[in-house]
Order: sequence, then C-alpha cells, then structure tokens
Amino acid sequence: MNALDKLMGGRQGVIGLLILAGLILVVFPLTLDAFRLNMVGKYLTYAFVAVGLVLCWGYGGILSLGQGVFFGLGGYCMAMFLKLEASDPESTKIQSTPGIPDFMDWNQITELPTLWVPFHSFSFTLVAVIAVPVILALVIGAALFKRRVGDVYFSIVTQAIALILTVLIIGQQGLTGGVNGITDLKTLLGWDIRGDGAKLALYFINAVLLLGCILIGKFILASKLGRLLMAMRDKEERVRFSGYDVASFKVFVYCVAAGFSAIGGAMFALQVGFMSPSFVGIVPSIEMVIFAAVGGRMSLLGAVYGSLLVNYGKTYFSESFPELWLYLMGGLFIAVVMYFPNGLAGLWESHGRKWLAGLKREPVPTVVHTPAKPAVVTAAKPDSASVNSSLEIQP
Amino acid sequence: MTTASGFQMPKPVLAVEGLTVSFDGFKAVDDLNLYIDRNEVRVVIGPNGAGKTTVLDLICGKTRATGGSIQFNNRELTRMNEYDIVRAGVGRKFQTPSIYDNLSVFENLEMSFPKGRTVFGALFFKRSQQVVDRVNEVAADIFLADLLQQQAGLLSHGQKQWLEIGMLLMQDPELLMLDEPVAGMSVSERAQTADLLNRISQGRSVLVIEHDMEFVKSIAHKVTVLHQGKVLAEGSMESVQKNPKVIEVYLGH
Repeated sequence: MNALDKLMGGRQGVIGLLILAGLILVVFPLTLDAFRLNMVGKYLTYAFVAVGLVLCWGYGGILSLGQGVFFGLGGYCMAMFLKLEASDPESTKIQSTPGIPDFMDWNQITELPTLWVPFHSFSFTLVAVIAVPVILALVIGAALFKRRVGDVYFSIVTQAIALILTVLIIGQQGLTGGVNGITDLKTLLGWDIRGDGAKLALYFINAVLLLGCILIGKFILASKLGRLLMAMRDKEERVRFSGYDVASFKVFVYCVAAGFSAIGGAMFALQVGFMSPSFVGIVPSIEMVIFAAVGGRMSLLGAVYGSLLVNYGKTYFSESFPELWLYLMGGLFIAVVMYFPNGLAGLWESHGRKWLAGLKREPVPTVVHTPAKPAVVTAAKPDSASVNSSLEIQP
Repeated sequence: MTTASGFQMPKPVLAVEGLTVSFDGFKAVDDLNLYIDRNEVRVVIGPNGAGKTTVLDLICGKTRATGGSIQFNNRELTRMNEYDIVRAGVGRKFQTPSIYDNLSVFENLEMSFPKGRTVFGALFFKRSQQVVDRVNEVAADIFLADLLQQQAGLLSHGQKQWLEIGMLLMQDPELLMLDEPVAGMSVSERAQTADLLNRISQGRSVLVIEHDMEFVKSIAHKVTVLHQGKVLAEGSMESVQKNPKVIEVYLGH
C-alpha cells in the first residue's frame, strides 16, 4: 500500500491521475463528435512525446530538440505495415508492378525493397515500432553522453539529426514516399480503421496507452533513479564521484522518452491514416517541446494538458486566423520561459491550490479555533509540501 | 606482503609514483611520489597553484595523468573509470560543498549507499532497514541526526560540508580524500570537524588538503608540502614547519 501510495505521489497524485483519466476516457468521448474526438486523439499522440520530454528534459536535464525523429520512426514503422496491407495485388492491379505500395510504382520500382519485407508481419511491426527508435536513441545517447556532450551541444546535435532524417526521407522517395509520406492507409489486419467505430476504438487504445506511459513515468520518478536524475541535474560531478555511471542513466531516460514518442507516432499513423516527414523535422520537434513547456516540464500530467491546449489553440487559430498562429506560438513560448517556467502545472501549484483551499475554507470560518482541523487552516499555503509538514507538526 | 609484526613497514594503501600531468606544456604535477598508509591522516599543504587539487583530481580520475602510476591496493587507477575508482574504495569531497540541494539530508545520504548503482538496480532499489540504519548511523556521526528530513539546500555552509563528508562515509571508502573540509566553518565547527576526522580515520586512510594551520596541527599524522607540482618536504608538522625551504615558499609569507 505504501509503495503504491508513493508511486502515485500520494492522494493528490491519485486524484490528478483520476481526473485526467476521467477527462480523456469519459468526458471527451461523451461530449465531442466523432471528428473532434479523432482530433483530440491526434493531440494525445503528441502528449506521448511531451510526457517523454518531462522525463528526459524536466527531470533529466536533457533537452532534446529532435523528438520528432522518434515519433516519426514509430509512425513510419506502423505506416509501412498498414501500407503493405493496403497494397495487396488485387487493389493495386492497375500498377505496372501490382502488390507494392503505389508511390514505389510511381518511382519505377519493380520489387519490394528488402527494408520493407519484414513489415508484412504485424508482430515484427509492433516490435519495430518501439525497437527501431529506442535503438537509435541508444546509439545517439551512448555516443554523446559517454563523451560528455551535454546541454546546448546535445540539443544542437538532436536538431541536426532531425534535419538529416527529414532530408533522408524526402530524398529516398521510392523507399519512403518522399515529401508526401505514406498515405492512404486503410485497414489493420483486415479491420477498416477509417470508420467512426474504429476511430473510437483507436481513441480508447491510445488513451489507455498514454495513461500506461504516465504510470511508467511515475514509477521511474518515484524510484531511486528518479532522485538520481534530479541529483544529476543539481551536481553531476557529485553523482559521478559517488560511484555512478552518469552517462548510462542519461541514455536510459533518453531511450524511455524515445520509446514513448514512438508509441505516440504509431498511434498517430493509425488514427490519422498517414505519416509524413512533416512530423519528423525540426519544427514539429520544437513544437513538442513547447507542449511540454506550456504544460509544465516537471509534471507528467501537465504535459498532457499542455499538448491538448496548445494543439486546440493551434487548430482554433489556424481555422480562424491562420497567419497569426506562428506568432502566437512564439509568444506563448517566450511567455512560458519568462513568466511561468513551470508551465500550467506550476501555475496550478502556486495559485490553483490556494484558490481551491479558499473555496473550501469559506463555509467553515470558525475552524481556526479547532486544532482538530489544522489542514484547512494551513492549506492556504501555496505548496503541498508545507501542508504535509504542518500536518505532522500539529500535536 | 608483510605480516603485522609491528616494526616492518606495511604496504601503503596508496602509492603514487612518478605522477605527472601537463596542461599545454605546463606541468601542474611533476614527477610526484606519495605513499599513504592505512589508518593514516595525511595533510597536503602548499601555496595556491602548487597542484594540490590536481593531485586529488588525478587520483579520483577527474583528470587523466600524462605519466606515472597510481596504485591503490595494488590496482592501477590511472586507466580506470571514475565510477570504478569510487567502487574500488576511493571517496572524494570537493572544495565547495557538493550536495543535492533539492533532496533531503536523508536522500542525500541514501544516494551514496553502495547499492543500486546501475540503471536497473536504481529502478528497483528498495529502502531497506539496512539502508535506514546506515543513514541514521552516519547522520549521527556528522552531527545531522536531527535534520534528516530537512531539504539539504537549506543547511548552513558548515553543515553542507559535513553532509558531503557523510555522503562519502556512506560508501565506506578505504581512502577518503577531502579538499578543504573546514573552509568557511566557524571555530567551533572546525573543532567538531577535527574530532570527526580523527574518529572516521579509524580503519581507513584520509588525505586532506587544508590551509588552516591550526586545523592541520589537530589532525595531521604527516604533512606533505607541495610546491610547483613537486614535493618540497614531507614529515611531521613540527619538522615541516622548521624546514627552511618550506618557510621560504609558504609559511614565511
């Protein structure tokens, strides 16, 4: 019970998680129409990336500006499987080479490239969705962190990798579908993913996977490894000279973030029905950092709200004032960095709780004289830590 | 190996021989020899830039030697990873207190407990009774038993210095290296620290860099004077203080 309590971050943490679960599992499906719900599902796939960024950036201090790479690789792995299924010889019989994806035919390719062959298998695809991005993260992480490339240099390298992968995907048109990406995805193991019912089911699978990732994140942060990440951000040398291989912890948390992003990418391909290089490059990668920053880079739950709000804003503004959106996004990022560095979660910690406590207090004004209810008196303090400690000190 | 017959010299725990490091041609440490025995408290003194901190950096692997050898219990340290050197039994305290401000005193000490040092070890690390007992024991040693739940960043400067020493004690190192442990401490805190060092030097070797001569007198078994990366003199505090070369370069000023 105690371990479970710690995992959830106490009662506050459980309530926070339940509210989020209620919102995405009950409230959204009941109140939004199929089109809007699918859109929320798309936003939630970005939340996977943001949750990963909370772990590796917020806690690990590793600012990756290339998470789109992992989102994209996860998405491409899934899209390749779906595309092969959509390209059976029967439905592609008008091509000069039936049975291969249409864009390959347009690029005068006459045989399925070796890289694509294993993606006929669904189980291979499921493994590849996670394994390909995680192995790439392992290689990048090991190469950079073992050499102690850190801070801004690491960010620049990740950005360069995002750019390289985009150029590579666009350049290898016959293999990847080029700038259009992999489109026209139709069925998953014979199940049509374009219908409303399928989209609803995929929305729920996506939501449950996201909650699962949040739980994994909570488990990591509640463990000694979570404290080590914070210790490393404080005093990396002290951790190293306390007998820890600092690089291996950074590689681990970077790989976890990559794995989460990849799941998001695969769910994106399933729900939206295509994957393209526009989700791999520098701009989407930086957008994903903004989702995490707005939500609060120290809060796993905040990252989800950040992704939802910023993307809702993006959709709303680009429907109404498309030319304004980029400026607004830039302004938002500057505002977050300058005025609320801990994002929405930070604002909630400093103002929201106080407001909530104020609401609770009003009906019972005489409570100050009853020592039996110290929590109500002290709950007016901004942070939960002081509430807990004053509870303990009370006789 | 020698038996403990009393008069024979036991093999030193740490044997530094011909140690040299040069930064762009400048030899910060130049052909240095240093031997430290078990249960010994050795203090290294010397003017600024003599290479004192560099010697500690070389032993703990923070800086790589250009030449020479560092033998610790017959293991060559010059080629080992920093964390392997720590795991071999070398603990090092930095000049400015290096603690985790955002964690509690308890968590700071727990972090140095020599279990769960790998990624998956840390992920599934359990705070066993053994860990709690060890933390309590060390906290009592470093005068912080009442402050275990305090956030470490809120400790006074002297308490932070003790906490870092405590973090090293958690590892139970055979060789403890302290870089200016009483810098910024009050007179009474210095006395407490001297008492602490005398207690914890039992069963291990301690290598201290210090400027405060009163403090050096109260803890040192032997003093090594460094000057321009070389050993200028070595011996008891009295003999070193009388050494004319030492007086000229250091104590006389």
